[in-house]
Parts: sequence; structure tokens; C-alpha cells
Amino acid sequence: MRDWFKQGTPWIWLNAGAVALSLVMVIGLVGHIAFNGLQHFWPRDLVAFEYSEPDRDPVQVLGEVDRTESLTGRAAAERGFRLETEDELVTRHRIKRGNRDVTDRDFVWYLEQHMGAWHYPEDAVRLERRQWGDFYGFLDEVRVDGEVVAEGEAAWDRFEELFAENRPRIQEIGRIERIEIGNVNAELEEVRLAQRRLAADETITQEARTEREAALQIQRDELEEQYAELEDRRNELLERIARYQVVLSTIEGHEVTHGMGDIVKPSRPNQMSVVDKSIFYVGEFWDFVSGYPREANTEGGILPAIFGTVLMTLIMAVFVTPFGVLAAIYLSEYAKQGPLVRMIRISVNNLAGVPSIVFGVFGLGFFVYLLGGAIDELFFAERLPAPTLGKGAVLWASLTLALLTLPVVIVSTEEGLSRIPGSIRHGSLALGATKAEMLWRTVLPLATPAMITGLILAVARAAGEVAPLMLVGVVKLAPQLPIDGNFPFIHVDRSFMHLGFHIYDVGFQSPNVEAGRPLVYATALILVMVIIVLNLTAVAIRNRLREKYRAESD
Amino acid sequence: MTEQQQNQGASHGFNAGARKQGPHARRDIRSEDIAIEVDKLSLWYGNDQALKEVSMQIPRKRVTAFIGPSGCGKSTLLRCMNRMNELIDTCRISGQIRLDGNDIDDPAMDVPELRRRVGMVFQKPNPFPKSIYENVAYGLRLQGVRKRSILDEVVEKSLRRAALWDEVKDRLNTNAFGLSGGQQQRLVIARAIAIEPEVLLLDEPASALDPLATLKIEELMFELKEYYTIVIVTHNMQQAARVSDYTAYMYLGEMIEFNDTDTLFTNAARKETEDYITGRHG
Repeated sequence: MRDWFKQGTPWIWLNAGAVALSLVMVIGLVGHIAFNGLQHFWPRDLVAFEYSEPDRDPVQVLGEVDRTESLTGRAAAERGFRLETEDELVTRHRIKRGNRDVTDRDFVWYLEQHMGAWHYPEDAVRLERRQWGDFYGFLDEVRVDGEVVAEGEAAWDRFEELFAENRPRIQEIGRIERIEIGNVNAELEEVRLAQRRLAADETITQEARTEREAALQIQRDELEEQYAELEDRRNELLERIARYQVVLSTIEGHEVTHGMGDIVKPSRPNQMSVVDKSIFYVGEFWDFVSGYPREANTEGGILPAIFGTVLMTLIMAVFVTPFGVLAAIYLSEYAKQGPLVRMIRISVNNLAGVPSIVFGVFGLGFFVYLLGGAIDELFFAERLPAPTLGKGAVLWASLTLALLTLPVVIVSTEEGLSRIPGSIRHGSLALGATKAEMLWRTVLPLATPAMITGLILAVARAAGEVAPLMLVGVVKLAPQLPIDGNFPFIHVDRSFMHLGFHIYDVGFQSPNVEAGRPLVYATALILVMVIIVLNLTAVAIRNRLREKYRAESD
Repeated sequence: MTEQQQNQGASHGFNAGARKQGPHARRDIRSEDIAIEVDKLSLWYGNDQALKEVSMQIPRKRVTAFIGPSGCGKSTLLRCMNRMNELIDTCRISGQIRLDGNDIDDPAMDVPELRRRVGMVFQKPNPFPKSIYENVAYGLRLQGVRKRSILDEVVEKSLRRAALWDEVKDRLNTNAFGLSGGQQQRLVIARAIAIEPEVLLLDEPASALDPLATLKIEELMFELKEYYTIVIVTHNMQQAARVSDYTAYMYLGEMIEFNDTDTLFTNAARKETEDYITGRHG
């Protein structure tokens, strides 16, 4: 036994155990997120059955099986189920029955013992809708201009045909609303501001003022005309789409009429083969990452959130890297090492332990109100009282996170600098280099991998941070992306959406928690993937640099 | 192999070559042109005095060796000659070192310029993690030389002088860390002479090398003293005897004896010197 200890075997076991435990936790966590996030997009079969609880009228149910669990009879009774005996284990299924517009609850638990036989009606239809969540039911007829053009079995084909025909129109409406009207509005805003500036300008002569005013008015009229044109075009498209309607009925017999514009994606999962489902799955996933959110973020895509997260992280990196590297160079190369520098170093390290919400509060007070307010008064006075930078903005969020991650960059850069051997420094100095030349030509290039390591850690921390962002610029729903086609293209003054906040919002603030839950997983998965991609990029850069400066072990 | 054995190996290896070259001509410091003059130089690290009023003259285009036991201050003295001692914060000096008659510790002295004129090679090869070419061109680039033709020419000339050209001419753009220890040390010498220094300070340049590489470095010194004033610190007395024209023996921060190499080794004026040389001390 003593020999066993002497040989270090328990030590090895302990080390390996720690590694194994970490691995299990990481794989478990990522696996859990990935499994729950990815399965959401799989089109599940629609099950139909008759549900008859004792002493109640039987009801027809159609929907997806969302979750299944077993519980004791007593627990079931406490949850309001009616049972003949409470002594047995019972199984209950949660069915997503959709149709939020006709039923009040779209997720309902049913006890298995009260269910009739399950069957999977071939013609059951699932509609992803712009409003009210999913619809489950059956297609009755297709109408054009109020006339029934197809019924029964033929209706589905006709519906798909018309839906495909109208799809480009729907997309165009989206484009007009999102981009073209946005552009015109941006230009109108410019003209409005120019008018206000002119009104406030007292140095200008009366004559010139009238002339300018007239010019601006003309510009404004032109833009308003454009706006009206766009609106007309949109309305025309809407009208054309409104001609096509489908009439559907739920399994309980409610009749629902939808225009083509209300429908995002129709499908009949019970008729799809595995291949069809896979294609559908990929499409759903793509819509998720490339689409805009709907229905209080519980439906649709998360493109703005991905976009905001990446942009904010990149802007943060642009700020934190030079700043942290410069500070580290001063601390480790130029500053006279003494109690003062030691204190600064300790303070910097402690900064990393300050709760991030404190940074958020600081960012709100200093960046948003103080700096942003001052900038607004100086440069954007004509827009006041509407704030430009005196509110949450992607710029302030990035700066706040840059402060938050500054210690990481400083510490790892200092570490890297201290690891450059004295012999290389002396070699450079002995060739007649000044200290600055030695640093620039020899030491700093060698320390770049360490700087990038700092950046990787900073990015990983910043991309996952939520609490401070809620104070300095993240919003539940941003009307515009922070990058668009209008000058100056990157709008750092806009508030933005963020994956981390999206998770919090959908998971805990949403009116329909059950509907949002899979999206929380999917969003978390995307967030993890975004961080991985950002990190891998940095790691690749670092490895290339390392390769370039690799020193043989000596 | 222990260091002792290595040194013996080096001496065997070299003796053959040395016989061919013949014994040194007996030299006299009074007839030499003096490059560096050390005048009552004292140096302290904090409260420890490392050099005690050292005075000596280093002749131009000769090899001068400093010998003495570890910690006797020979490397410290060498480092004073291009003010590398200043990199240690607690270091203070008194006295003077004059390079061509100018006090190098004058505050008005341009230190990078001084170090350009007084090159230095360290104990362990310290090439930069760059290509062989860029290592040699480093000093020139510092001076702002950008023209490829000039760089090419100087790189080739320096590598030839450092007897490395033939070994590396086909891989100038590979990383210098791919060279062997001896090649790295010659590369570092080539790097130092690429900027045409007047003086070359060598701080135990062969102590980390195997006998064959040591031999090469020693041969190189014969070649280089034609162009440069060379000052070498060595632990190895045979090496000092073989390569140097003048030798200084230092002990505990004091200059015990300084004379031409033949006289010092065959007919030392001070008993401590003789004891050290014959191995009774140190």
C-alpha cells in the first residue's frame, strides 16, 4: 500500500479523475443544450385522439407530443386530474395543440389512461403563422376572391401552388417594410434635422435662409412622395395577397380563415418521409438563424441577436486589445517596479472579480449619461431632446465590456512580456537598438500570442455576459440592425439584441414560457457556437503567429 | 560530458591547429594603438563592490582575454564597455572608460550609437526568432537601411566573415533556431559584425558549445582580429592562451595582472596569477 502511494498512482488517478469530471460536465452541458436545441426544429408527427375524463364531455385533441412523464396517482389528483383510483402510477403526456387563437392554452397535459387510441391523420396540417403561433388542423377549402377554387384532397395541392406563387410577394413586402421604407425614413430624418439646424442658425442672412428652406422643402416633398409610392406598392401587394385565402378547421370543429400573408410555412408532417423531414429540418434551422423574431421573440429567428452579439464583441475587441496591451507594456516594461506598480497590478487583477452588474451600472452612469449626454449636447444638439448617444447603444455596451475584460488582457500580456527571455532583449540592445526599438521589433512580436490569448479569454467572457448589457444598450427587440445601407453604415448609437439577453428574455420574461423553452435551448446553442467560432478564429491567428516565432526548446 | 571533459576535448582539438599557426609573436603594449582605456573603474551592485579600481588599456585590432575564477568581475568589466551594465537597476560605477579617448559614461553619450560601435556576443547563443537573413540584417534595419541590394551584400559579407556562409547560404530564409548551437553562435557573431563595430566583446562565447564548435569560434577570432578589436572573457585558460594577444587575470574584482599572453602564461609577475594558471587556485 505504501509503495502504491510512493509510486504516485493515486496522484495520477486524482489528476485523471479531475480531467474526466471536467470533460463529463462540459460534454454533458453542451450535449444537453445541443440535444434540446436541435430537436426543436424536427417536424414531429401530429397525433390525434379522443380524451374522455370521467364525468366530463369527451374532447378531440390534435397536436404534437411534447413531453411524457410518470407520476403517482395522488400527485396527478393534486394537479387536477380526475382518477378512479389514486393508488397507481399514471402516465401523462403534454400535447402541444397550438391554435392559440381558438383555444386558450396551447400546451396541455393529458393522462394516458383517459386517452382513446392514438392515430395519425394523414391530412393533418401544421401551419406556422405570423401570429398566434402554430395551427394544427385540417384544410377544408381554398378561396380566391371569395370563390371556392378547391376542396378536400385537391385543396392541399392548390394551396401549396398558390402559397409558392405568393411567396415572392410576401418577401417583397418584408423588404419594403424593413429596408426601403427604413432608408426613406433615414433620409427624411436627415432633412428634418437639417431644417432644425437651419432654424437654430442665427448667423445666416434672411435671403439665404429662405433659399435653403425652399431647397429642403423640395427635398422633403420628394422623399415624402417616395414614401407614399412605397406605401402604395406595399398596399397593392397586400391586396393581391389578400385575394387568396384558406379555410381550415380544428379538430374540435372551429373554422379558421387565413390569408396567404398570415402563413409562414405550411406542412403536413404525417405525410412526410424521413428525407422530407430532414429537408424541412434544415430549412427550419436556417430560418431560425437567418430570420427576425416574431411574437415577443417566442417565434421566428434570432438573426438580430446573433448580429448584435458578434458586432458588440468585435467592437469590444477593437477597444480592449490596444488599450490593454499598451497598459501592460507600460506596467511591465517602463514603469519602475515598486510598491505603486504592485498596487496598480493588484487593483487591475481585482477588477476582474468585480461583479459584472457593477460595470453595467458604471457604464450607464459614466458612458451613457455623462459621456453620451455630453456628446449629444455638443454634436447632436438638433436632435435633442431625443437622445442619440445619451441612451443605451452598442458603442457603450462594447466599452463597458472592454472595461470588464481589460484585466484579462493586461494580465496575459504582462505574462507574455515577462516570458520573453532577457537574452533576446540584450541581444537587441547590444546591436544598438533603443528600448523602444527593442520592444517594437523584437519583444512585442514575440508577445503577440500571449496578447491574443488574452483576447480569446476576453471574447469568451464578453460574449456570454448579460447583466451589464441590460443597462447599457441591449433591448428585447431592436427595430433596426446596427449595420445597414445608410451612411455611416455602422450605427454604434443604436441599441441592439444579444443572444444572452435573448435567452433570459425568452426563457423568463416571455408570456408563453412553454413555447419559448426550445428556443432558449436553440439560442443557447447558437451562442455557444458563436463563441466557439470567435475563439477558433483567434486561436487560428495565434497558432499562425506561434508557428512564425516558434523557438526550439532550449 | 562534464564541462571539464569538454574543455579538454577542445584543447586537444585545437592544439593541432595551433601548432600549425606557430607561437605568438611576443608583443609589447607600449607599442600598440590603444582602443579602450579603463581608468580606475569601480562598480557596485547595491552594496557589493564588484570591481575595484580596475585600470587597463585594450589595444586596437588585437585579442584581449580576461581570465579569472567565477565571480571575479570579468564579465562585469566587459559589460561596462558598452554600458550593458546599466540594465541592472542597482548598478553604480565610478572611474572612466574611454573609447578612442571619449568617456563612454558621459551623459551626452548616445548609448545605442556606443553599442553599435562596441558589439557584443553573449555566453549563450541568442539569435532572434526570425530567419537567418533577418537576424544578420537586424542591426542594419535598425539604422534604417531598406535597400535590398545593400542588405544582401552585407548579410553575405558578414556570414562569410563569421565562416557560416557556406553552411547556410541555401537556407537564409529559414528560422535561425534550426541551426546547431555552434552555428547559432557564429550567426550571432555575424549579426554583431554586420554593423561594422570597432570593438567586439565576447562573453564566454564558447562555453555552451561542443569542442568542434569551440574550435571554429576560436579560428574565427584569428580572422576577425584583422578587422576588429576583440575582448573575450573565458573560463578556459587554454583558450585564452591560444587565441589572445594580451591577457588580464582578475580576482575578486581586482585586476591582478595584465600583460601580453606569452609573458603572462610563461612568466607571470605575480604569484596569484601563476597559481591560477597552473591550477593551484580557482
